[in-house]
Formats: sequence, structure tokens, C-alpha cells
Amino acid sequence: MSVAQVSAKGEVTVRDLSKSFTLDGETLTVLKNLDLDIAGGESLAIVGASGSGKTTLLRVLAGLEEPDSGGVLIDGAPVHGLGKERAVIFQEPRLLPWLTVLGNVSFGLEVQGISRSEAEDKARHYIRLVGLGEFETAWPRQLSGGMAQRVGIARALTVQPEILLLDEPLGALDAMTKLTMQEELTRIWTEEKVTMALVTHDLEEAIFLADRVLILPREKGAHPRLIDIDLPRPRDRSETRFVRFRQQLMAEFGLH
Amino acid sequence: MTYQLTDTAEQAPSKRIAGIVNTPRLRLFLGNAVADYGLLFAFFAGWQVASSAGWLNPAVFPPLDHVAAALWTGIVSGALLDDIAVSLQRAGITFLAAVGLGIPLGLFMGQIRAVERALDPILQLFRQTSALALYPVFILLLGLGEASKVFVIFWATLFPILLATIGGVKEVDAKLVEMARSFGASRTTIFRRVILPASVPPIFVGLRLSATTALLLLIAAEMIGANKGVGFQVMNAQYNFQIPLMFAAIFLLAFLGLAANRVLVLLQRRLCRWSLTEH
Ligand SMILES: Nc1ncnc2c1ncn2[C@@H]1O[C@H](COP(=O)(O)OP(=O)(O)O)[C@@H](O)[C@H]1O
Ligand SMILES: [Mg+2]
Repeated sequence: MSVAQVSAKGEVTVRDLSKSFTLDGETLTVLKNLDLDIAGGESLAIVGASGSGKTTLLRVLAGLEEPDSGGVLIDGAPVHGLGKERAVIFQEPRLLPWLTVLGNVSFGLEVQGISRSEAEDKARHYIRLVGLGEFETAWPRQLSGGMAQRVGIARALTVQPEILLLDEPLGALDAMTKLTMQEELTRIWTEEKVTMALVTHDLEEAIFLADRVLILPREKGAHPRLIDIDLPRPRDRSETRFVRFRQQLMAEFGLH
Repeated sequence: MTYQLTDTAEQAPSKRIAGIVNTPRLRLFLGNAVADYGLLFAFFAGWQVASSAGWLNPAVFPPLDHVAAALWTGIVSGALLDDIAVSLQRAGITFLAAVGLGIPLGLFMGQIRAVERALDPILQLFRQTSALALYPVFILLLGLGEASKVFVIFWATLFPILLATIGGVKEVDAKLVEMARSFGASRTTIFRRVILPASVPPIFVGLRLSATTALLLLIAAEMIGANKGVGFQVMNAQYNFQIPLMFAAIFLLAFLGLAANRVLVLLQRRLCRWSLTEH
């Protein structure tokens, strides 16, 4: 972990967290006795097989889902439910089609009771940060997938959270756009000094973006693996050590 | 990545504007008029010629200039104006009442699953029961006067609005609601800023259906038991063999329908500039 990134704020502690769902009378345990520490300002990638509970973990961290037992602490204090210090970026941009780019980006602040003019001022800053300065007045239907996702990212940044929770945010984008957006995310993470928990199914993306990669196990209750990605930034995908990390992660999934 | 507007509909108007600049405006205007209304004009011209020449029985299809004359006399004498006023009042007030009850009730019902579930079967039954079939029942209950007419129109217009509103609220993308919730939006904020705007387009579908139904029921009710109104005038003119007047009233009804639809379309465009829905 690059020392410069570690800040006191945005520290996440997960203790003995369990979560199960009841489907048609059957109980499905998704997370079992999970412990996890994310340092303030750290970038953590969460990978795992489909159905291993990545989204569920992220939703519990966000407060969109209540754990059955155990809990989440932010900066040492237990949290229940949603909080302004956390913001979620979903896989789909989830833009409101009746608001312009500016309206969408200021939406988060506005629903938190900030006046429209103040919210829009902040929103403009983040619209420029994600490179959409010229598109403030565009409607969501006029945006490409990558641009729409940038709007979603700007909307989350505008509330200035300590912790950004991202659920496969680039999963639906084409390969080229995805590479650009990975660089953008690195830049944003560096500039904003936020803690980032990023769910992804793309191992290369995990290595490119994360300080550490959490691998959720298939067998519930088994210890999740954590891998330190101690590569300098900016990272080079073709570098030997990068490639070695990729091989290591693939081996974790029984792939070669 | 290139920053490009991907929307083609946005580009179309600029092409059209370029077209206006390049060709003489008048010719373009005439060209559009022919494309849009040419066939309609030909229909009226054919009617006029066929009727004047006697290819059509002029007693059933009088020449259009006779119809126009009847319309003109009816309007300047005030007789048709009275009918228009009465009809507009019946349909308009009833439509507004249906909107005033249907939209708020639909917004409420659509949000509370239990209420919606309990009421849905009965609403479906009422909707499938033709209001016109119930008109005799309303006459028995309310008499042949204004009340039964207004009520049958109200009944028929309420259900499209109510069901469209309930449907609109229920169909709101749960992912958008969750997004708003993730920013800490309260229930009322979610209602005001997500559910309400998302329901506007489906509500308009209901409004336009309702407006059409209102006019249909208005005419039927006026034909069955009234002594005023445009619908009454169609029937009355036919009885008295004033065929040009009958057609004048029929055209008036068609015009009322077109005007109502037009108003709703314009209102929808103002309120839903963000959506691509046309007409
Ligand atoms: N709301 C829910 N109700 C019932 N089952 C759920 C719910 N959310 C997730 N699950 C189940 O929990 C498991 C883990 O889901 P998820 O966290 O989405 O996995 P991942 O994101 O790793 O693919 C899946 O088997 C899924 O079907
Ligand atoms: Mg998932």
C-alpha cells in the first residue's frame, strides 16, 4: 500500500459479519463470520466467483442491506444503515432520465438538503473532473455508456464521501472504454483521497486499481484470501510483476 | 474515448434547419403541407365534386359548402355555440374531476402494495364493464337529467386515468429508487423526485385515452337523452332532415377530439422534454 494514500478518515472495519437470504423457505448463507479491515484511503478490490457474495458484501457496507449478525464500523464507530460518508456507484449508471447531466450530478446533494445553487456549483466541479464539462445540459439518453457511467461517478463524488463503494462499475463497458475508465478511476482515487471498495470480475482491473485484492471464498465460512498488490503507480499492465500477479490470481480460481 | 452525442434524433432537427436555409421557405412549406394534408384535402375535394355532380346522393352527402354554410349559420346565430358550450361543460368538468380524483388516488394506490392488490381485481372488472352498458343503471339511479350523463362520462374517464397512474407508479424502476435511497433520500423526497416524474409519461397515456373516452361517452349520452349538446344536435338534425347541420355537428365533434388531443400532446411535450415519446 502506498503510504501517501493512507489517511485517518474512511477506515472500514468489518467484524464477524454474517448475512443470509431466505429464498422459497430455504436459507442461503452468503457471508459467514467475515472479518475485514480497510485502511482509510486504501483501494480494495473484491473478487470472487459469481454468487460468492461480492455484491451482498458491498450492499452491507453501503447500508442498503442489514447484516444478520456482526457489523460494520466506520472510523471506529459502528454504523447502521446508510450514511453520508459512503456513496455507491452501481453497475448501471442509474441516471434519472428527466434530469440533465448537471441535474443528475447535483441530485445526491440536493436530496441531502443542500440548496440547488450550492449543489450545482459542486456538481460542475465534478462534471469537469470526469471530463464531461461540455455536457452539463445533455440528457442521459444522449450519452454513451461510458459517459453515463462517468455521470454516475461524478454524482457519487459530489457528495464528497470518505468511502466509495463500486459494484462492477465498468462491467458493462466495451474493452477500450474500460481501459480509459480504469485510468480515470486511479486518477480520481488519487485526487480525492477516498477509500475505495471495488467489486470486479476482471482480475486485471483488480491488480491495476487495488492496493489489496480480497478473494471471497466459495465455501462459506472459509477464510477469504487477501493479496497485497505492492506495485508502484502508475501501473504497467505488461510489466513482469503485474503479469505474475495476474497468474497468481488466476491460480486462485484454478485457472492457468 | 470520443465524446460524441450518440443520439440520432437530436441530429435530425439540425438537418431540417439546414434544409430551410437552402431552399425557398414557401416551397418547403407547401411541400410539407402537401405531404401532411394532401390526402385529406383530396378527400374533401372528392366529396365536394361527387356531391355537386350528383355521383353521391346529395340528400345524404350534401356538398361541403352547404355543410360549411350550416356550420356558419349555427355559429353566428348562437345555436351551435350553445351546444358546444353545453358539451364542453359536460365533458370538460367531468374530465377534470376524473383527473382530480384519478391521479392522486392512483399515486396513492400504486405505492401501497396491499391496497393495490386488494383493489386490482375490482378495478379490472369495472374497467371491462362498458360504461355505456351501465348508463341505464345510472339513469335509474340518477334520472335522465344532467347527473346521469355527467356520471357515465366520469365513470368511463376515471378508469383509464386511475389504472395508468397506478401502473406508472408500480413500474418505476426500483433501481432508481434505490439509487435515491443510497444518497439518503427520504420517502417523500423519493416520491417527489423519482416516482412522480417517472410516472408522468404513463399518466399522459391514460389522460389521452380518457379524453377520447370522454368524448365518445359524451356523444352517446347526448344522443340518448338530451335536448342540448353537439351530440344531441347530430341526432336532432338527422330527425329534422337538416343533413348539412348534422354533418356540421359531426365535424365539430371531430374537431373537439382533435383539439383535446392536441392540448394534451403539447402539455406532455412541455412536461416530458426529456423523453423521446412522440405524439
Ligand atoms: N435479495 C436477495 N434475496 C435472495 N437471495 C439473494 C438476494 N441477494 C443476493 N442473493 C443471493 O445471494 C448470493 C450472492 O449474491 P451476490 O452477492 O449478488 O453475488 P455476487 O455479486 O458475488 O455475484 C446469490 O446466490 C444470490 O442469488
Ligand atoms: Mg454482483
